[in-house]
Amino acid sequence: MKKTVQDIENIRTQTKLSMKNIRIMVCAGTGCTSSKSQKIINNISKILKEKNAEGISVEKTGCFGFCAKGPIVVIDPMEIFYEQVKPEDANEIVEATLNNKVVERLMAKENDKFVERWHELNFYNKQKRIALKNCGYINPENIDEYIAVDGYKALEKVLLEYSQDDVVKIISDSGLRGRGGAGFPTGKKWLFAKQVEGNIKYVCCNADEGDPGAFMDRSILEGDPHSVLEAMAIAGYTIGAKQGYIYIRAEYPIAVHRLKIAIKQAKDYGLLGKNILGTGFDFDIELRLGAGAFVCGEETALMNSIEGKRGEPNPRPPYPAVKGLFAKPTLLNNVETYANVPKIILNGSKWYSSIGTETSKGTKVFALGGNINNVGLVEVPMGVTLREIVEDIGGGIPGGRKFKAAQIGGPSGGCIPDSLIDTKIDYESLASINSMMGSGGLIVMDDSKCMVNLAKFFLEFTVDESCGKCPPCRIGTKRMLEILTRITEGNGKEGDVELLEELASSIKKASLCGLGQTAPNPILSTIRYFRDEYEAHIKYKKCPAGECKKLMNVHIDPEKCKQCGICKKTCPVNAISGEVRQGPFKINPEICIKCGACIEKCPFKAISK
Amino acid sequence: MIKFTIDSKEVEVSEGQTILDGARKAGIDIPTLCFLKEINEVGACRMCLVEVEGAKGLVTACVYPATEGMVVRTNTPEVLKARKTTLELILSNHNIKCLTCIRNNNCELQALAKKFGIKDIRFEGEKTESIYDESSKCITRDTSKCILCGKCVSICDKVQTVSAITRVKRGFDTYIGVAEDMEIAESTCVGCGQCVVNCPVAALKEKDAITEVIEAINDPKKHVVVQTAPSIRATIGEEFGMEIGTLVTGKMVSALKQAGFDKVFDTDFGADVTIMEEGTEFLERLNRGSVLPMITSCSSGWITFAEKFFPDVLNHLSTTKSPMSILGTLIKTKYAENTNIDPKDIYSVAIMPCSAKKAEIVRPELEVNGMQMIDAVLTTRETARLLKMLNIDLSKQKESDFDNPLGEATGAAHIFGVTGGVMEAALRTINKELTGNHIEDIAFKKLRGSKGIKEAKINIAGKEINIAVAQGLKNVRKLLEEIRDGKSKYQFIEVMTCPGGCIMGGGQPIRTAYEKATLDIPSLRAKALYKADEKATYRISCDNKSVKKLYKEFLGKPNSEKAHKLLHTHYNKQEVYVKEG
Repeated sequence: MKKTVQDIENIRTQTKLSMKNIRIMVCAGTGCTSSKSQKIINNISKILKEKNAEGISVEKTGCFGFCAKGPIVVIDPMEIFYEQVKPEDANEIVEATLNNKVVERLMAKENDKFVERWHELNFYNKQKRIALKNCGYINPENIDEYIAVDGYKALEKVLLEYSQDDVVKIISDSGLRGRGGAGFPTGKKWLFAKQVEGNIKYVCCNADEGDPGAFMDRSILEGDPHSVLEAMAIAGYTIGAKQGYIYIRAEYPIAVHRLKIAIKQAKDYGLLGKNILGTGFDFDIELRLGAGAFVCGEETALMNSIEGKRGEPNPRPPYPAVKGLFAKPTLLNNVETYANVPKIILNGSKWYSSIGTETSKGTKVFALGGNINNVGLVEVPMGVTLREIVEDIGGGIPGGRKFKAAQIGGPSGGCIPDSLIDTKIDYESLASINSMMGSGGLIVMDDSKCMVNLAKFFLEFTVDESCGKCPPCRIGTKRMLEILTRITEGNGKEGDVELLEELASSIKKASLCGLGQTAPNPILSTIRYFRDEYEAHIKYKKCPAGECKKLMNVHIDPEKCKQCGICKKTCPVNAISGEVRQGPFKINPEICIKCGACIEKCPFKAISK
Repeated sequence: MIKFTIDSKEVEVSEGQTILDGARKAGIDIPTLCFLKEINEVGACRMCLVEVEGAKGLVTACVYPATEGMVVRTNTPEVLKARKTTLELILSNHNIKCLTCIRNNNCELQALAKKFGIKDIRFEGEKTESIYDESSKCITRDTSKCILCGKCVSICDKVQTVSAITRVKRGFDTYIGVAEDMEIAESTCVGCGQCVVNCPVAALKEKDAITEVIEAINDPKKHVVVQTAPSIRATIGEEFGMEIGTLVTGKMVSALKQAGFDKVFDTDFGADVTIMEEGTEFLERLNRGSVLPMITSCSSGWITFAEKFFPDVLNHLSTTKSPMSILGTLIKTKYAENTNIDPKDIYSVAIMPCSAKKAEIVRPELEVNGMQMIDAVLTTRETARLLKMLNIDLSKQKESDFDNPLGEATGAAHIFGVTGGVMEAALRTINKELTGNHIEDIAFKKLRGSKGIKEAKINIAGKEINIAVAQGLKNVRKLLEEIRDGKSKYQFIEVMTCPGGCIMGGGQPIRTAYEKATLDIPSLRAKALYKADEKATYRISCDNKSVKKLYKEFLGKPNSEKAHKLLHTHYNKQEVYVKEG
């Protein structure tokens, strides 16, 4: 049933009230779902029914971000935080909740103390959740809950109170910049799309998140899909579009599912479709599923793909604002950018621009991964340092190892070495050290990681993901990968580093789209900060980090060997010869696969690489 | 108008034009490999990168719109380095066997490599897995030579609406191929060869028949005859360094005789017979009120197109065989009879502007007495290669005449080689012989020129009829869709598969993209044929004395039972994307 403004307000009030009851919030993001969180929900729900527990409900919710500790269950409104919950813990959780108690063994501990409320965790301490604000608080499959947390209020405000120019001004003044990677001022983008003449215009949402290990957009869509729908409707009103498309990867089934539910619910309420809230404004949204090509995150390739063509970029100009989807003026923003919009409208541009630095306003969501204790999703105000993210939020490096570098911006970005760990996370600071904000991939590496191998990893990715349209990217990335491969395998030649640099600089300049133009970045930045590692591989055939297997020489120190034979038993390929107490054991390098199992197993630390 | 500066030269272009347009106007050469105006404007090859003051990074001149006051530099060290590295990368994934390559010395990649002074390939590495596809009777694909410029895909898709090929796979593994990894023969390909004449390298070429022809020439038991299509005389000179549009009829005949062909006949004779048959057929259809519009059937690619895409309108096609097949049939019947040579001992070669003709000759529908009427088709390019192998320089030959009687032809037949020509030839004869109309000027200028669809109204025997001439299958498709929808206003349609007609056929000399952009090749070549027409003693097919004699002595009347048996054919639906076996 279509709702009036008053109806929506009533729903808001009612749902707010009902949300004050005790709610067992279970993370139903992709990560926790794969760790059986759905089973947890089912179990809790069954037990609640059996116990006839009135006033307590179990709700699925979006990602809490602390993925390292998943599956996560939070008891609201007390905000009791349970980590690494198993389906069989359901009974205990319900019992405790019914009796106003807590399950201590499932609670997080910091400095030997139980953390009472989830926001008190160090992990959340320095975060500021704007784009992720509702993730973990609401059931994303229930539009009423979104409305209860002031959802669709921004749309209502825009439609009833603001002109198109007002909205452009608010977004411009807020300082919001595109969160997809390049950081183009969002207000400017909206202004261009608004100014272009055209009866038919489109609003698109880029949900083709492709950086390896990054899941910012997925989490927003899984945890708070309506915020994106609302923002797109606002954008539609602002630029004069009636149709929106969300281009999302088919590999995000949960996000797709929730988006479908959200669109249907929004249409039922008349928050999408014809004559929204009785204002005469029409706006509809359709989903388009991508097949997972990384390049389809590039705007022109994305639009080609929506049109049913091969996902390949086009040269610009013409820019999408002038000639975009189906050759019509088109506004394209990414998920996270949109997720900020309703909050900016409601809280004002001044509020938003008060967060962050001089030129980079607001917050940025990062998918924190790699050699870091608190793997997960974090949202930080612009201007925090990398050190704060790694040490305070991320909880440092596991295994007592040292921080070596962080790769920011995924395959398009660059690495930040230990010496620059105090760099501020904002567009300009990152650019000044030849790195980039990117869309939010943040991978931390400890000192066991080889930087040549890191560059090779990202090049393998770009070689796989190049669309093949232009030769610098299609062939150039392949050639760079071949050079990196020979370096990591001990076949590097004198001059290879210079050759890489030359190729990289030409590929950056000559490639058609952002994919090729940024593909050399991991190579250039690792050469810049870790040139000696490249030289060691080439000149001395050594991998200083000990990661490149072909350069490893695993050997047993005969002086330390106590001739126990454990190594021989451990070796999976029978590369070790010798008899117990018959002299030191030996490794046949021809057979050895450098797996390192013997090194770990040797009780006398006699084996090294 | 937009004024901007390019390499310190002021240049003026109109709104919507690109940097490349401006550069060409200013006489500044910017290299391109993938650009084809209005057809392949994709900015893919990156050879035309230039620097624009204030723009982020380098931009592609081919598609970057010129703006007022912009400052462009086309040869800064940075630009040259980016282009050169890209070129080196392309070469590193190219099957570089230039000396034994069919496009040696006529290869745009080779020319650029020379221009950039590339001496060695610094980035040796793995090469993309390649496919050699010989499944088609018309064209051969060799992806090891392909540089993925995409011109073939765009031509096939946008100009011909055949869409037989596309980019397959991604990244380094990308190749141009057919859907579902099928072979080209199983696809919608009509064999027109427009992809071949637009390929900058040797990734696409005609199916070569030179070896078979040489073997036949050297076989003492074989009586080897050859016929040359109307357009060849206007184009083959180019292969010997002569200017575009040089008419070389007599030299061509001499060269072929020197090459060892026993007789050199003129397909134009077949064209004159075609007019007699087709013209009569049209008037019959018109008078009997049977299926109209009637569509001409000379162009082989078009026949395949109709059989693959429009099997429901095949009854609109004229049943008259093509001029080549008519002459081929007459050679192995009438000529064999006259000369007392067993047709089995005749080896009949046809020199055609066309790769699709290679498929036409093996159509079972065209057999007479279970015998294939033509044994081999050579394209203009193959013929030039054959002559060069035999050390025959066509440009240096003396003039000689075709062998008669199958060498006599009228001006009407000459213009079969250009779009509108068949219709013009038909109208001349229809007017004169069949309706007795007197006409002052026999030229139908309305039907000439480069427009995709040309139309005219004419009066035949008191009836006003609408005629259309379509060139390029995209335009043909439009007319066919009208027919399919019952909305066609025409009674008579000429179709040429290739834009421009046979002079621009898939078997014709290959010109560079730069030449195509800067010269009006179709009109230069067409001029030669129009000139041949003007010079001809007889310009109306029905005036061809040998043709008259043929009807009198052999066929009876046009569309007689015998003519039907020998010179008419039928068409059948062709299945596509069906894997054999």
